[in-house]
Amino acid sequence: MARISPLEVYKLLPGINCKKCGADTCMAFASQLIERKKKVEDCTVLFEEDKYKEKREKLIELLTPPIKEVVIGDGLKVGGEEVLYRHELTFFNPTALFIDISDDMSDEEIEERVRRINKFKIERVGQELKLDGIAIRCKTNDEVRFGEVVLKVVENSKMPIALCSFNPEIIEVGLGIAINRRPLIYAATRNNWKKFAELAKNYNCPLVVYEEDIEKMSDLVQDIEEYGVSDIILDFGTYPQGEPLARAIENMISARRAAIEDGFKPLGKPILGNATVAWLVESDPIKASHLESSLAASLMLNYADIIFMHTLETWAILPLLTLRQNIYTDPRVPIQVEPGLYAIGKPNESSPVLVTTNFALTYYTVASDVEAGKVDAYILVLDTEGLAVEPALAGAKFTASLVKEHLEKFKVDEKVNHKTIIIPGMAARLSGEIEDITGWRVLVGPIDSSRIPKFIEEKWKKNGKA
Amino acid sequence: MLNLDDIIRILSEVDEIELEGVSIEAQELIMELKQGLAYIPVAKHAKKEKVEKKKEKLKYERKIREYTGSIQEVQIGATRKEGGTRDYVIKIGGQTTLYPYEGGYKNRPVVSFDVFDIPQPQFPKVLREIWSEVWHDPVAWAEKALEYGADLITIHLVSTDPHIKDTSPREAAKTVEELLQQIKAPIIIGGSGNPEKDPKVFEKVAEVAEGELCLIASANFDLDYKKVAQVAIKYKHNVLSWTSLDINDQKSLNKLLFEEGLPRNRLVQDPTTAALGYGLEYTYSIIQRIKQNALKGDSELQNPISCGVTNAWGARESWMKTPEWGAREYRGPLWETVNALAVLFAGADIMMMLHPLAVKTVKMVITSIFEKVNPSREVKYEDWIKI
Ligand code: B12
Ligand code: SF4
Repeated sequence: MARISPLEVYKLLPGINCKKCGADTCMAFASQLIERKKKVEDCTVLFEEDKYKEKREKLIELLTPPIKEVVIGDGLKVGGEEVLYRHELTFFNPTALFIDISDDMSDEEIEERVRRINKFKIERVGQELKLDGIAIRCKTNDEVRFGEVVLKVVENSKMPIALCSFNPEIIEVGLGIAINRRPLIYAATRNNWKKFAELAKNYNCPLVVYEEDIEKMSDLVQDIEEYGVSDIILDFGTYPQGEPLARAIENMISARRAAIEDGFKPLGKPILGNATVAWLVESDPIKASHLESSLAASLMLNYADIIFMHTLETWAILPLLTLRQNIYTDPRVPIQVEPGLYAIGKPNESSPVLVTTNFALTYYTVASDVEAGKVDAYILVLDTEGLAVEPALAGAKFTASLVKEHLEKFKVDEKVNHKTIIIPGMAARLSGEIEDITGWRVLVGPIDSSRIPKFIEEKWKKNGKA
Repeated sequence: MLNLDDIIRILSEVDEIELEGVSIEAQELIMELKQGLAYIPVAKHAKKEKVEKKKEKLKYERKIREYTGSIQEVQIGATRKEGGTRDYVIKIGGQTTLYPYEGGYKNRPVVSFDVFDIPQPQFPKVLREIWSEVWHDPVAWAEKALEYGADLITIHLVSTDPHIKDTSPREAAKTVEELLQQIKAPIIIGGSGNPEKDPKVFEKVAEVAEGELCLIASANFDLDYKKVAQVAIKYKHNVLSWTSLDINDQKSLNKLLFEEGLPRNRLVQDPTTAALGYGLEYTYSIIQRIKQNALKGDSELQNPISCGVTNAWGARESWMKTPEWGAREYRGPLWETVNALAVLFAGADIMMMLHPLAVKTVKMVITSIFEKVNPSREVKYEDWIKI
């Protein structure tokens, strides 16, 4: 399905260019709406006057993404996607990772697990990579125990939760306890769906529907919607290997294509993938974690909007969170840092000045190496439009005149009492030109920033100072 | 004529039902309403009463998409009958659809293990542990790689680099000759990356391997790509057309190589694999775009894709001893696995890899998705709740 054009959107706006939305013109606002940088509500005019009612409704309909956006808890958004391939626009809501808790774990074990899930955090290129929720599964089939565990989780974590059982009575106990948390209900099937739909409706919670056959899934979803449930998530079942795994992934792709390419609404819902199935075939925790993470990656690469997982091993989760960070990076803008002069450690006027680019990955790699080496230094970050050192050099975005501009703009000469900068080894060929036009002395640093501390020790401390 | 069990079964499967002209014949009608059946309309509607009509359901049907283009099928390796000496050959590409389930995949993606002509002491520890006992001998290395499930082998002639050992083209050719004599798998031949030296090395190596349909890696804009194409044509090999993350560059290099006379079915393209966490998203999207454009009919992009997944080991997260990231001996192989899966699902046909566990997992996914093998163990999905 072709994406909407700004003109289509423009036609549904008041067209009075009053700027209340913050855009200069209605046309500019139209483009921002399409890029999802603004919301319809930002054009207050549309909502103030009744004569715009029809336009407003049409506009909301037009801008509703083909994959419905569903909210779990008090703000975790899943789905809401508009394209099949990230290069066609961007993906919006990163796959949410839910780690499981089983109600047969001991209380101490549960508390410890919840604590680890809550505080799981890895920093990569200036972003915090975190987990998104907790899936509580009822293994005991004992509603009293399940209720206790839900209570324990709710008391110990603010994260969104999923209540997992195929028994509606058990789910209802959990819902009674976690109701103000808007949990995800798992799962309605073709056999039990009415009771589950009833619960989702009464408690106003999103509902997972599990059905392996895509045609039946389409029918089932429509029944449940007609029953009055609007926030639905599709689970086609995940298998650890072989033909059943292929079938699950095939269904995920087919559902997404039907919704986006053909506008087939019943399947325009977020998709749930379940990597915990790895533990059904592997009992060794290391092998199971490796398989689970590989399955999760496969699901994430094939449209899973939520993934359930069991492992809590950092080595197994880090690659996944990194994959997610990569795939969900907006291709229209690389992750960047603000150009400027940054202080690492406690630099003084005789500290070295390192020059690098504003590509987030480059900056954070350099900064963390400098920090790890306990070097006090300034880092001058050039505006290379988000390019790493080599691409910036190759694309003439890292030039001698750019260095000059930044040295002046950020008044580097007022911060230090010397006139020497250190440039990346990769940029060696610029050293003469930089010296010529800036009057600063240039030291060519190592190729890889991990050797900066050693370089400072050997080259700077001995003869760096001008 | 339905019996009561049938009726109950039907009722339990539908929402509402419209019964017309029904009479229930029973001496005594006792119905036990199970809890699962929330609503049984029998009693109410047994007479000729009309129930509210349901909204028409939309029927899902899997659409068959039309693709105007297709991917070239490329053969790597030649048997004795075909003028080589391989025991088996590898065929890649040949797709006529974007996804395997659409029916247009004749060949599944393959995995090649990297083998080097000299020891690689700078390898991360987990790799050193596996390969150090064989890395003094490329043949032993290749044999071990085949045991680990390699479909084919890539021999990197890195020692030919003037800054490394400056091995002569003649000596490099000997290494390749020996490899071809000792192992029966098709091979990919990589240079050292030195733009002056590589074409010379390739010339000699291609000559001794004449007719074997190796894949020469690579022709690129930094070196005399015309010469690489010429030796490949002359001695009957395939060429890897390598560019760096630029689809237009890829198109032009492919075109130039074809203009040199390289047959259409003798080119594999490599748009560069940036590592997981280090630009993978560029690679991912470029592969998807290449495949899509090719199937839409762009004839300069209709060739299989090879990915140097081994680049994953360049990322610190794969090898660095950092306790906050968890045990590196498990992290590294998984880093390579996830990197491989990303390019696999984007559309890669060859994945060059290094860690046996990563290869094992990736091959499991390949046989699942592309060959739909029966699972070695049946499981019931719902049981995940009870793990
Ligand atoms: C991702 C990538 C891209 C992305 C850019 C992503 C981005 N936001 O920068 C895209 C696709 C846009 C791109 C484009 C291009 N690229 Co490019 N790209 C790469 C790739 C794969 C990785 C670059 C990267 O992210 N590196 C990681 C970062 C952290 O490295 P870094 O910034 O260099 O920082 C390191 C060091 O420089 C050093 N360092 C950094 N700062 C400092 C400071 C000091 C003081 C010191 C001492 C050290 C130091 O430490 C850091 C860690 O090691 C490389 C190949 C590779 N694997 O290196 C090719 C590569 C850099 N690209 C290349 C080329 C040619 C290009 C293009 C010209 C052509 C093209 N393919 O389109 C364009 C140019 C850009 C433009 N005109 O817009 C070539 C460069 C060849 C050359 N030597 O000139 C490379 C090497 C690929 C190749 N082998 O041919 N590219
Ligand atoms: S607030 Fe509405 S009417 Fe005013 S400029 Fe923005 S879009 Fe146009």
